Amino acid sequence: MLVSIMIAGFGGQGVMLLGRLIGECAFEENLHVSFLPAYGPEQRGGTANCTVIVSDEEIAAPVAEELDILCAMNQPSFDKFIGKVKAGGTVYINKTLVNADKARERDVEIVEIDADNLAYQLGTVKVANIIMLAAFLATAKILNVDRAREVVLKKLGKKQELLELNRQAFQCGLEQAEKTS
Amino acid sequence: MTRVFMKGCEAIAEAAIRGGCRFFAGYPITPQNEIPEYMSRELPRHGGVFVQGESEIASIYMVYGAAAAGNYAMTSSSSPGISLKSEGLSYLAAAKLPAVVVSVMRAGPGLGTILPAQNDYFQATKASGHGGFRTITFAPSTLQEAVDLTYQAFEYAQRDRNPVIIAIDGFLGAIMEPVVLPPFKELKEPPKWAVTGKKGKMYHIITPATANENSQQAFNLQMEKLYRRWAQEDVRVEEYRVEDAEFVFAAYGTSGRVCKSVVNALREQGVKAGLIRPITINPFPYRSFEKLDPDRVKAVIVAEMAIPPQLLYDVRVGVGRAIPITIVRASGGNIISQKEAVEKVLSLQKGEMDYEEII
Amino acid sequence: MKKLYSRPESLNKSASGFCPGCMHGTITKITAQVIDELELGEKTICCLPVGCGTLGLLYWNLDLVGCAHGRAPAVATGIKRSRPQNLVFTYQGDGDLGAIGTAEIIHAANRGENFTTIFVNNSIYGMTGGQMAPTTLVGQKSTTSPTGRDPALAGYPMNISEIIASLRAPAYVARFAVNTPANINKAKAGIKKAFEIQLRNGGFTFIEILSNCPTNWGMTPLETLDFIEEQTMKQFPLGIFKEPEEEIDKC
Repeated sequence: MLVSIMIAGFGGQGVMLLGRLIGECAFEENLHVSFLPAYGPEQRGGTANCTVIVSDEEIAAPVAEELDILCAMNQPSFDKFIGKVKAGGTVYINKTLVNADKARERDVEIVEIDADNLAYQLGTVKVANIIMLAAFLATAKILNVDRAREVVLKKLGKKQELLELNRQAFQCGLEQAEKTS
Repeated sequence: MTRVFMKGCEAIAEAAIRGGCRFFAGYPITPQNEIPEYMSRELPRHGGVFVQGESEIASIYMVYGAAAAGNYAMTSSSSPGISLKSEGLSYLAAAKLPAVVVSVMRAGPGLGTILPAQNDYFQATKASGHGGFRTITFAPSTLQEAVDLTYQAFEYAQRDRNPVIIAIDGFLGAIMEPVVLPPFKELKEPPKWAVTGKKGKMYHIITPATANENSQQAFNLQMEKLYRRWAQEDVRVEEYRVEDAEFVFAAYGTSGRVCKSVVNALREQGVKAGLIRPITINPFPYRSFEKLDPDRVKAVIVAEMAIPPQLLYDVRVGVGRAIPITIVRASGGNIISQKEAVEKVLSLQKGEMDYEEII
Repeated sequence: MKKLYSRPESLNKSASGFCPGCMHGTITKITAQVIDELELGEKTICCLPVGCGTLGLLYWNLDLVGCAHGRAPAVATGIKRSRPQNLVFTYQGDGDLGAIGTAEIIHAANRGENFTTIFVNNSIYGMTGGQMAPTTLVGQKSTTSPTGRDPALAGYPMNISEIIASLRAPAYVARFAVNTPANINKAKAGIKKAFEIQLRNGGFTFIEILSNCPTNWGMTPLETLDFIEEQTMKQFPLGIFKEPEEEIDKC
């Protein structure tokens, strides 16, 4: 098994955190994993992206020329990276900001999560990434969701309010995943 | 042994502390900032000292002072910053002072970009400063290797009383991977040669100067002897699926990892590909290339994130003229394309060869 | 019989190779005397510059570290932070400290590093053959200002002590001279005070000493002493520019 995942969006959407948390979850399952943030000017407000590779064997190249999974949090990222997704791959989109029409004819599965709107309803758009993460974990089935929830909540919060917010966001993501599947 | 999921620069810093480093001086430059940041946070917890220098130059001389006083000292920087440290590196070598210098390569020349590259191969292996000195230069390709080599680097530096360079590119500095951290080494008393205050009339002199032509030549000969010993004893290399290979990649660091994927992909298509990955880029594993059988190996493909190529020179020295050499390359922050590398070999197999001349 | 005067223990028995009439020998000697008097020989680490001070490698009977041009304050930072129990001082000239090493001295001073700098200011690059220094006086001739320093082209002499004293961190900043026996005694007392402040972790101490260069000034040694009194001191007045508050209270 070798799964290449790219997370992309605006700087500030928590794209790096999302990718890193997938990495943390894979790490806790004793899998081979690499998390490579694209650093550079883009981390200051432009588009940001990171690559996560999860495998049960040693990971050679930490970058992927073809993606199994793309998680696009905004339209520019979707437009930029949709061409890299393999036939048969999966694209997670933040439906609030991304129109995926361009990809409808491609041989890719599209999972649409209204992440920003759902996050607003929970109180802050900041948790959109956690909603996406949970939806991804529930549908991609690479990692154990219950264990991942523990890891994510442990990594995210010591403050009680934040913990509760993140717990709700995670749950919301799981429910969305169920609705879409 | 602790297994953790850590960022490259931070894992290297942690490995250094576990390897005995108790002094770090550095100056901000991307993409190595996480090393000084981590050190400023963690070193004091272990009784160590962090100083943010006023420049790269000052930082390496703080390291020079700490090393003279018997401390295990380290600094880190990226390409333009390593250029500024090169004077100090030369002085460390001349004064026979051990230190570890991490070079996180970005694209150049000049200010270039902050993105990952391997343009500083010559700088890391041949010309880190004036006067023709050398260093052991490690070029890890995974975070685990970076951690293990950083941990050991201090011992090499102390053994040889010479700086050791850890040369990585920005990818390895930024990547997060699971690593097993080695245990904390017990700190040693300052070595006998260190300046700690004279004992009776016996005092220590640490000096980058020599008195005359004869003592300078004697010093140069002594250094040469050390470098020869490295070539005999300290070369590290990974030879991956080379035994029966007809197409052999030569790549180090991140390019080495990418080429490993390429080799695997080619093998799946039935193409006999292999990889020679220098782990010490100085001393260079010439032997691994010298022993390639020209009757079997159809081409050596140098893959590096540097334009014009640099690793190519050492590969040419090792391979000689018996086997054609060609290249796959990228620079500016681009990574070696796996697709391009696979296609290169497939076209080589068809007999399409473009020879790479050294320029 | 009581010995009244002898070569300091902190110096070797080798003969001085400084030029005849050069006051480096005097400054080295009084510093060594202070180290002897405070019984710090086994505790001291001396950082030497590039310049005439480099010759100290042959004269000091102390633990010595030769440094690159201008970098002694950075080296001393690394040493003192690693070994706070030692007395650490740098011995630097005006080219080394005032030109190429400006960043290092200013920032070591600004961090309040707990070591002492002895700054020998003779207004010229001696070792390399008499080139203009940042401290060369207006109108003073050198091999790179053959018609005398012209402020329009080369600016004015830099008063390093005053610059250092403008920083908040340094504990003690003072300028002395060694052109008369009385001034030599004052300089020695200044060095002693600086070392004492360092020993009680009082912070950065900076002793500037006006010196001469008969060879490159093109004067007899005696003429240089007058020149210091009449010319150099006009640009670089002697005095204490900064000292610990408790010392001021005592006065």
